[in-house]
Amino acid sequence: MAETTQNGAGQAGSGSAPHTLLGADELILNMGPQHPSTHGVLRVKLKLDGERVAGSECVIGYLHRGVEKIAEHRSYQQFAPYVDRMDYVAAVSNGLGYCEAVEKLMGVEAPPRAKVIRTLLTELQRIASHLLWLATHALDIGALTPLFYCFREREEILKILEKYCGARLTTHAFRIGGLQYDAYDTMEKDVERFCADFLKRIVEYEDLLTGNRIWLGRTKGVGVLSGEDAIAMGVTGPVLRASGVQWDIRKAMPYAAYDQFEFDIPIGKNGDTFDRYVVRMEEMRQSVRICRQAIGKIPAGPILAKVGKVLKPPVGEVYHAIEAPKGELGYYIVSDGTVQPYRVRIRPPSFVNLQAFDKMARGHLVADVVAIIGTLDIVLGEVDR
Amino acid sequence: MTHGLQELLKAVLASPYTLPVIYGVVIVAVLPLVAGYVVLVERKVMADMQARLGPMRVGPHGLLQPIADAVKLLLKEDIIPEKADVWIFWLAPLVSVTAGMLALAPVGIGPAFQIARDINVGILFVAGISSLGIFGIVLGGWASNSHYSLMGALRSAAQLVSYETAAGMALVSGLLLGGSLQIRALVEEQAKQGVWFVALAPVAFFIYLVASIAETNRAPFDLPEAESELVAGYMTEYSGFRWSLYFLAEYANMMVVGSVATTIFLGGWLRPFAGVGGAAGTALDCLPGALLLGVAGYCLYRAPKQPVAVQKLVMVAVAGLCAALAAALLAPVFVAQALWMKPGIHGAFWFLLKVGGYIYLFMWLRFTLPRYRFDQLMRLGWYFLIPVSIVNVMGIGIALVLHWERGMHLALALGLTTLMTLAVAGVLVRAELKREEQLRQGAAGDAYAG
Repeated sequence: MAETTQNGAGQAGSGSAPHTLLGADELILNMGPQHPSTHGVLRVKLKLDGERVAGSECVIGYLHRGVEKIAEHRSYQQFAPYVDRMDYVAAVSNGLGYCEAVEKLMGVEAPPRAKVIRTLLTELQRIASHLLWLATHALDIGALTPLFYCFREREEILKILEKYCGARLTTHAFRIGGLQYDAYDTMEKDVERFCADFLKRIVEYEDLLTGNRIWLGRTKGVGVLSGEDAIAMGVTGPVLRASGVQWDIRKAMPYAAYDQFEFDIPIGKNGDTFDRYVVRMEEMRQSVRICRQAIGKIPAGPILAKVGKVLKPPVGEVYHAIEAPKGELGYYIVSDGTVQPYRVRIRPPSFVNLQAFDKMARGHLVADVVAIIGTLDIVLGEVDR
Repeated sequence: MTHGLQELLKAVLASPYTLPVIYGVVIVAVLPLVAGYVVLVERKVMADMQARLGPMRVGPHGLLQPIADAVKLLLKEDIIPEKADVWIFWLAPLVSVTAGMLALAPVGIGPAFQIARDINVGILFVAGISSLGIFGIVLGGWASNSHYSLMGALRSAAQLVSYETAAGMALVSGLLLGGSLQIRALVEEQAKQGVWFVALAPVAFFIYLVASIAETNRAPFDLPEAESELVAGYMTEYSGFRWSLYFLAEYANMMVVGSVATTIFLGGWLRPFAGVGGAAGTALDCLPGALLLGVAGYCLYRAPKQPVAVQKLVMVAVAGLCAALAAALLAPVFVAQALWMKPGIHGAFWFLLKVGGYIYLFMWLRFTLPRYRFDQLMRLGWYFLIPVSIVNVMGIGIALVLHWERGMHLALALGLTTLMTLAVAGVLVRAELKREEQLRQGAAGDAYAG
């Protein structure tokens, strides 16, 4: 059955000869942009033979705000809050990437204390982002309850972020050159309490899902992406690592204070949805490990390097990438020596990872399409920018 | 003139159809309310399992939420898609809800209270009528003229065909043991044998449990309305009152399968150890009353802790209600004059408790398990449930023949049958696991071929 459909599959709408199981016409199903599980405003045109996907096409741009263009008309500091609105479930990570890119362009470095606090908050944000992924992914596959458990834990992280900078979602937590706010008094205690609770709670999720026959059936062998394909398509982050490629920018090209901490990079073997699930679950544990090390050694000292009120980076260009929760988040900034960037180009992980969707979805059923969208962990704010 | 009226009234009262008609009207009037409160219970149970409170705003602890929901649904704009087939679109939900309600007709809530009447093909009637509900779903999905609806309808049709067979086979096992299709006879047979059929044919009960979840389109088999895939499946284009009819049909169907399972496998309105008399019997008879007294006591204990006066009042009122019910349940046990009430109200208590437990199990599964995929659902039905149920029915037939003809002890014969069926199930599971393993070794992308 799969033979017949997979061979006859071209791009959706490309007019290849219909070659379906029953010789019937193919059904073009328009999934989204308003659909409960396309994670925002993704629109997927599916070419279906019965319930089997014969081809697909992602239509994006419904959330395009021209973030890169806006950057050309803002000063470097003014643009910083805009990047929070890209991957809005991991705003801290976005801010870190941007601040470090501008610092690199200007040749300044954040003080050690700022670096450790940045690392700590970014790892907390990674856990929050992964929790949101788990919640929605499980919901897409039909498990209702993990959603509420995950939001319960995510809430604790958001509380810590709120205590730190006053905002929960679009935090604008960092400043170019370091930090605006110092760590609040009981931050170490809050983080430690969260870490201790979270390690117990994550066992609950695994109880609900990892050994569950239905969960295994729905995730194993679904949306397989080989390591070569993943590299060829520029896929990064947990999706790449689940395909067995050990590539994590935190280890490969350490930034912030990651070189001071010990942590492992979990990798998968088969590159299927289950492996991506396992990799992300393990990443959350590793993030807890980093957080625990970080609260132990936040150095004393200043939190903001001397950068001055008006930023005028020298003429030049810079590319700086960080390991955001969803993959490699890169900023390419060109400076013409004025207070505004000449050009900012952002490499968002979700956008690049979404490329792999068609390859992963071919030959699977409609039910798997939502599982694959979920496992890619895309955020449309970042795809469309 | 008045004489004529009196005559007419007498004739009406004497007619054997009067009481069933009144019952029927009551059911049609009450069922939506019951369904609404089952939904409230479901939301509260779900909230409890998900570390939150559930509806709390409308009335104390959300007690009036179903009423508010019903009003909202009735007042909503009635939308019929432009390209829908209007007549079928209009008719389909009615078919579903009628089938659901009609199937409740012969269900016996107690020895004294059959909803309509005790027809002699009782179980067959229930099974037949409740399967008609699928027409409402298929027609509704088709008439909506929407891709999601169509796919939901197709899934639903395939699902029902696959699981009706297994459910039917499981029912046949129970009917073989009971020797009748009539509901009262089935329960009385269980009373006579002194054992519920779930103990004699546990495999059949399990198969019926799984198949009935699939038949009522509940999670983890809720593919026809799988929200994350098909938006709302066959109900996507429905809104307002029509949508609520589908909703009502779903809950009516849950009550139907719960009642059938209770009647055939769980001893209907019998209390546990129905044959036990004497002091132990009296103690068991006190159980319903004691249970309600316990609830009343707990409500009184919690009442002072409620933050708002109105909530305290409601807790006290609920406690009073429970205490009154407890008194009614205890009276026949201790007061000789009230003995005639005992079979009726005790029967109703046990029956509703068992149906409630069955539905609770449905809810519990829904909040715990992810959803099956369509091919997995079909595989489970055709490669596991149907073969196992057929083997089980044949085994039970053989066991009964051995019991009647050769005088073999019934429990022994049926125990051997159960073991044999479990062995067959084990072989099937092993074959399935092996197949999965092979698929994983081979091309993973082609994992669903065949």
